[in-house]
Amino acid sequence: MNYNERLSGNEAIAFAMKQIDPDVMAAFPITPSTEIPQYFAQYVANGEVNTEFVPVESEHSSMSACIGAEAAGARAVTATSSCGLALMYEMMYVASSSRLPITLACVNRALTGPININNDHSDSMGIRDAGWIQIYAENNQEAYDNFLQAMPIGEHPDVRLPVMICQDGFITSHALENITLLDTESVKAFVGEYDPENYLLKKENPLAIGPYDLGCHYMEHKVQQAEAMKGAKKRILEVAAAFEQLTGRKYGLFEEYQMEDAEVALVLIGSSAGTAKAAVDELRSQGVKAGLLKIRVFRPFPAEEIAQALSKVKAVAIMDKAESFSSQGGPLFAEVRSALYDLESRPRTVGYVYGLGGRDITPEHFEGVYQRLLDIAAGGELGPTYTHLGQRG
Amino acid sequence: MKKNGLVEFRWHGRGGQGAKTACLLLADAAFAAGKFVQGFPEYGPERMGAPITAYNRISDTRCTVHCNIEDPDYVVVVDETLLDTVDVTRGLQADGAVIVNTPKAPAEIRRKLRNWKGRVCTLDARKISEETLGRNFPNSPMLSAAVKVSGVLEKEQFMGDMEESFHHKFATKPQVVAGNMAALRKSWEEVQAE
Repeated sequence: MNYNERLSGNEAIAFAMKQIDPDVMAAFPITPSTEIPQYFAQYVANGEVNTEFVPVESEHSSMSACIGAEAAGARAVTATSSCGLALMYEMMYVASSSRLPITLACVNRALTGPININNDHSDSMGIRDAGWIQIYAENNQEAYDNFLQAMPIGEHPDVRLPVMICQDGFITSHALENITLLDTESVKAFVGEYDPENYLLKKENPLAIGPYDLGCHYMEHKVQQAEAMKGAKKRILEVAAAFEQLTGRKYGLFEEYQMEDAEVALVLIGSSAGTAKAAVDELRSQGVKAGLLKIRVFRPFPAEEIAQALSKVKAVAIMDKAESFSSQGGPLFAEVRSALYDLESRPRTVGYVYGLGGRDITPEHFEGVYQRLLDIAAGGELGPTYTHLGQRG
Repeated sequence: MKKNGLVEFRWHGRGGQGAKTACLLLADAAFAAGKFVQGFPEYGPERMGAPITAYNRISDTRCTVHCNIEDPDYVVVVDETLLDTVDVTRGLQADGAVIVNTPKAPAEIRRKLRNWKGRVCTLDARKISEETLGRNFPNSPMLSAAVKVSGVLEKEQFMGDMEESFHHKFATKPQVVAGNMAALRKSWEEVQAE
């Protein structure tokens, strides 16, 4: 059922899409996500999928085409990065508020400028409030596994929300690594068919999608949307449990690495978490109680669960791969620190912004952060809570 | 000493010479031999002829580290002219080796390698490629030299896996498989070390 391969992160996503064989794919190429529609177009040309491939003239149109398809009752997917995601901005809100469970493969890249093609999370973090579920991957395996879980999460009647499956541009999208794949029959059985109760082309019950919403109903609709996002957490865990049954690979809202007795910990997202694990291993071999919490699900934000997981830790560094120019630190820092506020006794926290525009980060950088946390945990000065890591000067 | 049998390679080439492809082929071959692999290029503005870097990690368990390789065990230089502008032995482990595509002998190349005291290997990949493939594709010869010098894969298994990989990669032009295999075998014999 499971078999071993080696694929890049982009190949893994394209292959997952091929196995799912969605009704519609609409995409416009943009580095570093370009390979996904490129590989998928080959599957279409070779007759290996039954998908209607829509090569559009912009990302505003690719998201619009997905919205039209999904509203008509079809299952639609797309892929993009950076400025492409920014060009979708308006339509991203239309998709989520129309409760259309589109799946988007986001290959994270710095959102310009100066213009830059390399990885950080500024693109998806900038759109974090658009009402999309956001799930992040550390490597090609997690990108593949998360993509297979996206539709069972988003299409469920209790959720009905679009899902972004994010991975780090180039760092995982273009890195060839070992991966365990699932046979196509098992994928199809796990993902199932998209079977909405109501849709545009249902002749027994025609409906309008996306009409003007007056003040007398608008807020009720937004509350429903917010409730769906809150409820998505439960569905994400149910789907993860079913996925574990099928593959043996366990997923949650976040991953806890060496957290049982951790006194100092990092909170971060994506491929850098793997690099930081090497720092944790090194420090553990020296007897240091270091741990790491890797966010998998950023929307809905698992605030209570994170607070619980960090409640016994003395000092935490929360690391953003995105600037938010709030002058107070990045979005992950703001949300994690806020999540800790209701704890009776809470860890001391510092925020770092790192890895912008592809700036490399090594295990040694993380060891330096842990050293600072050990000083703080031992009663040292907290120091500045909003700093940058890895820049010159 | 690196953990879990980890061996790290850094490739230096110029855009269009196939250094990235060679890096991905090494990952393919190591995967076929049952190893855990990473093969990844470092992307900048891509232009034909501009210096590019690519990396491999090969290990016995999955390597979670996803940063560039600062202290490689082996460095492969696909274009000799890079020796004038790139510090190719930067961070190279003392017991490692640098492998350069050049018609020159290792002793002559060593003079260009600043203070590098370790092993220097050379291969005239251009000549071998022109003889076996009729054109200058230095990446297959350099791949073979990298595998031999590092000892990271056993010879006959590597050759067998590469043949299979070439049949897959060149499905639409099977006539080039024999030439590529000849390039690999000739390079294995001709790489010089000092």
